[in-house]
Amino acid sequence: MGSEYTNSEMMTVTAARALENGTTCFVGIGLPSEAANLARLTHAPDVVLIYESGTLQTKPDILPLSIGDGELSDSALTTVAVPEMFRYWLQGGKVDVGFLGTAQIDRFANLNTTLIGDYREPKVRLPGGGGAPEIATSAGEVFITLKHSKRALVKDVDFITTVGFGRDGKARDGVPNIGRGPSRVITDLCVMKPDAETRELVVVSLHPGVTREDVVEATGWEIRFAEQLETTPVPDENELSILRELKARTERAHSGQQE
Amino acid sequence: MAEFLSLHDAVARYVQDGSTVAMEGFTHLIPFAAGHEVIRQKKRDLTLIRMTPDLIYDQLIGAGCARKVIFSWGGNPGVGSLHRLRDAVEKGWPHPVEILEHSHAAMACAFEAGAAGLPMAVLRGYIGSELPSVNEQIRFIECPFTGERLAAVPSVRPDTSIVHAQKADRHGNVLIEGIVGVQKEAVLAASQSIITVEEIVDELDTHPNACVLPSWAIDAIAVAEKGALPSYTHGYYERDNRFYKKWDEIARDRDTFTQWLNDHVLNSAESAGGQV
Repeated sequence: MGSEYTNSEMMTVTAARALENGTTCFVGIGLPSEAANLARLTHAPDVVLIYESGTLQTKPDILPLSIGDGELSDSALTTVAVPEMFRYWLQGGKVDVGFLGTAQIDRFANLNTTLIGDYREPKVRLPGGGGAPEIATSAGEVFITLKHSKRALVKDVDFITTVGFGRDGKARDGVPNIGRGPSRVITDLCVMKPDAETRELVVVSLHPGVTREDVVEATGWEIRFAEQLETTPVPDENELSILRELKARTERAHSGQQE
Repeated sequence: MAEFLSLHDAVARYVQDGSTVAMEGFTHLIPFAAGHEVIRQKKRDLTLIRMTPDLIYDQLIGAGCARKVIFSWGGNPGVGSLHRLRDAVEKGWPHPVEILEHSHAAMACAFEAGAAGLPMAVLRGYIGSELPSVNEQIRFIECPFTGERLAAVPSVRPDTSIVHAQKADRHGNVLIEGIVGVQKEAVLAASQSIITVEEIVDELDTHPNACVLPSWAIDAIAVAEKGALPSYTHGYYERDNRFYKKWDEIARDRDTFTQWLNDHVLNSAESAGGQV
């Protein structure tokens, strides 16, 4: 105890700890990439990171700004074509965990990265699906990480880009060759897991200093809490210093690219 | 056999108003110089296909070249929105653009099916996604052997594909290294192809499993030094991440964008990615 840390650092460290050593992880850009690389640099040196640009078993020294940065290819065991990546490595069942971010998530862990509003007349147009729709169904399970807010955690997403458990929680039932789906959602306030029966997300762990009211206030549906609600373990000094060094290296590289 | 042309002549010959064009390169090797030449020649009503529209299609859309865009992830990687794409879709500026969106897996499979000469691609995709409800080109079929429900999308068969590569030899054989994306598939799926290269060399000096496109599978090769900037060319120069961040300010506003387009593309000679 005694370490000062931010809510964002708490989120990243918690997300990193979710990845077990030796896991094969298909990594989304942004927060998932930050967490996955922190895991690799701390407790999970043998985690295998795969990015959709075709880079297999990559060990970037700085965090990539884009999914296809040269750093990913330079530090990869090998780089394959994008069709091979999706067909053989993802669809072929070689990925344990898909690690995704999102703009919106709902109570059944469906993800929306397509748009806010109506499809034909969007209020805000978002980037779209990318790799997520198939990562979420072909990976063994899915971790999701995002910042907690009422705009991001909504009762029903405006558009299901990527399925969690569908509009009724039953979208995966009876579907052959499909992964288990979202098994945990890590935010800067708490950790949620799907209820074993209804598949609705339930808070299982609050980060230190966060109250139930904080979570209720920042969630767009009547969020439920597990009976045995835990307190998320705080980041240790080693995790914090490695994360800060990683982010500082990244910042230096992205601002002084041409030097 | 590939013909060595100037970039101007290659685009003039192989990109027509109304063409379906794929300019590929997955973050890496994006053919910006060729894209700018298309803008300078004021090509119109293009159907533009790319997995990630990126800045190159943001520029083409803002310049009024596109009628339709087929894509699977339309953002500025690590930065935010593509403001010209959004302005065209949300507000119809400079004119309305139709969009057809897929997932990466489906588009990658559709390029591969195009290269394989098949009418469609089959994948285990779009399960539970609402994308099929807004894209009638996503359908479902039953596997005749197992009965499994699988997604089907039409293959990508562009009139013209344009990609950038490291180098060509004097016979017109081309080497692509690093993140190879769907470039090989894009070239083989197209009726015609243009490849821009950093340089022409005597020997490709490569290894047996390298990604090489033979001269007889390519129509035109044009030298475009730094032709992928602000994207990058593995082994030659790095991605200009600062420009990708700066693009957010340039593209956010119509006037700022128009000024940039005039200064760096329209009133500029064959440019290397429109850099300052």
